[in-house]
Amino acid sequence: MSHWVVILAAAAYLLSLGAYAAFLNSGKEIAGRAGTLLLAAGLVAHYFALLYRSRDLHTVPYHDLYGSMSLFGWLLGLTYLGLEIYHRQRSVGAYALPFILIFFFAAQAAPPDKLAPPPAHGPIFAFHVTLSILAYAAFALSFVISLIFLMQDRLLRSHHMANFVWRLPPQELLERMSQSSVLIGLVSIAIGTAMGFIWVDRLQGQYWYYDPKYVVTLLVLLLYLLYFQLARTTAWRGARASKLNIFNFAVVVLSFTVVNFYFSHSHRYF
Amino acid sequence: MEIVLVGLNHRTASVEVRERVSFTVERARRAAEELRTRGILEETLVLSTCNRSEVYGVPPESSRECAPGLSSFLSEFHAVRPDVLGSSLYHRYDREAVLHLFRVAAGLDSQLLGEAEILGQVREAYKSAHELGATGPVLNRLFQGALEVGKRVRTETELGTRPMSAAAAGVKLAERIFGKLKERSALVLGAGAAGEQVVSQLRDRGIKQLLVMNRSHDRALDLANQYGGQVVPWGEWDSALQNVDVLVASVTADEPVLRRAILERAMSARGNRALFLMDLGVPRNIDPAARDLYNVYLYNLENLSDIVEQNRGARESEVPRAQAIVEQHVGKFLSWQASVELVSLVQALRTRVREERAAFLRERVAALKSSASISPAEIERAELWIDDLLEKLLIAPTEKLRGEKELRRKIQNAEAIRDLFLDRREKP
Repeated sequence: MSHWVVILAAAAYLLSLGAYAAFLNSGKEIAGRAGTLLLAAGLVAHYFALLYRSRDLHTVPYHDLYGSMSLFGWLLGLTYLGLEIYHRQRSVGAYALPFILIFFFAAQAAPPDKLAPPPAHGPIFAFHVTLSILAYAAFALSFVISLIFLMQDRLLRSHHMANFVWRLPPQELLERMSQSSVLIGLVSIAIGTAMGFIWVDRLQGQYWYYDPKYVVTLLVLLLYLLYFQLARTTAWRGARASKLNIFNFAVVVLSFTVVNFYFSHSHRYF
Repeated sequence: MEIVLVGLNHRTASVEVRERVSFTVERARRAAEELRTRGILEETLVLSTCNRSEVYGVPPESSRECAPGLSSFLSEFHAVRPDVLGSSLYHRYDREAVLHLFRVAAGLDSQLLGEAEILGQVREAYKSAHELGATGPVLNRLFQGALEVGKRVRTETELGTRPMSAAAAGVKLAERIFGKLKERSALVLGAGAAGEQVVSQLRDRGIKQLLVMNRSHDRALDLANQYGGQVVPWGEWDSALQNVDVLVASVTADEPVLRRAILERAMSARGNRALFLMDLGVPRNIDPAARDLYNVYLYNLENLSDIVEQNRGARESEVPRAQAIVEQHVGKFLSWQASVELVSLVQALRTRVREERAAFLRERVAALKSSASISPAEIERAELWIDDLLEKLLIAPTEKLRGEKELRRKIQNAEAIRDLFLDRREKP
């Protein structure tokens, strides 16, 4: 059963990408709607894939690298779908889907995890991890939107109006979408980090002990707060804010990979 | 049930001829009435725009036979000599007339490929003729089909989506940056025709605030009054540029009126909020160096013309898709027309057969009665048998024609069947 829902999710995501690309290329509303419906179908199938796997292994999805990446892809898709519905804009789908697919397929190809699982579980830990992954997914989406903004900005400034540019969301809408996504990320990471501290307190009887991951997470939080402020109110709005957003995401990737694997004592997986 | 079209358009007639043969709404109604009163057409509709004048109709007899009468009528109605009009007129019959109208509604026959106005003009012409009672079942079906074609082409293809004038392209570009312009404001430098085109487009998109700046205050006031804008004194750049999102410049000046330094100061004062500059002036009104300023998007006339040219190519690439929709609807209409014609033909055949049966029985029964070898009850029964046989022979084909689209398609020429079984006077 788990095997079939994975295939179903992959097929739905790939078809959704095709439909979104067709929408971007042709502007046919029906193709855009098909993209949305297929993405929703893919997310439902992906959810069941995560659920069945967790039941089979008697653990949570983020127990290993496979689960973490798969959950990341799923939350990325979910956040995108939320933004699409909220902003009523489908043109970003063709750019967001490849990232969802990369994480989805990378999870399938991930090697078996050899590291020991975290020493404790429970709802607070689950919220801490899930909200942190949601935050990273929202930051990833914001990164994609900022890339589109910069690409369109360059084309508009150089007067090269390729066919697909007429289909992209207006610059102002891209800025708002990016800010919405960052807001989701900020709220999630703030609550998720607080949950992490509560969990550490319950586990060890103290709120704080030094871990480089804490420092980087705090830096990520500050950088995104800075972006949120600069992009909305100051002379940095536009391309400069988008560049800062891209830099911020580079820090997130650094936090998710190098810091987790080489520096952190307690965040080997996520 | 044939269809005829006689008309002229921008390809066949000069502006002078088109002007002389154009119809106002009132004259179109009068022409439709006269055409029917004189018996030239049974159903009629006049479509008149600045680029075309066309009369569509259903003639009482053959469409080819009625075309010369229709041409003469147009010549007489507009008081234009037949030799002047003759070379400009085109005649289309049946399938060709349907195809022509559907292409017109799709914007494929327009001077500006894919223009949207024509569909509204077709709708208005149909509405007017329908209200007058000048249309019947054939033209009603034909024009409803044309409106459907126009709508489909506009929603399913990109034939009409790309801007085809510098003004429209500029406004579309502004929407690329700001999205909907309803909460935006624009400043127009100059009160000439080029600027006015953009103002009209901006107003169509519901721009919130419109400021007009011109050296001549009176002309600025005229434009502002016409489009519900406000006049800003010439040269007050700092206050004018503080809150606008779009600036359209089209003044006559030997050198740029908006220097980079002015814009740099303005951008600083407005906290680098995006500013879209449309320079329609020749020579240019805005310092080209301003394009390097952060969050300033500057397009001059040459840039906009390049975009229009690209769009022309993009529209042309959509023609095959639009043409496929047109052909599909032409097929649908002809199938409907054939079914109506065939069903009425079978009805005529039934009437003919009943008449023949009545004559046949009158003759034979009289002979039988005289021989007295058959009773009246037997004669009555024989009559019923003959009736049953004839009904069976004719009812089955009628039902088949009604139900089977493929069969209607196969019967290419109902006229031939009609000629085979019916006299000319008996045509339905």
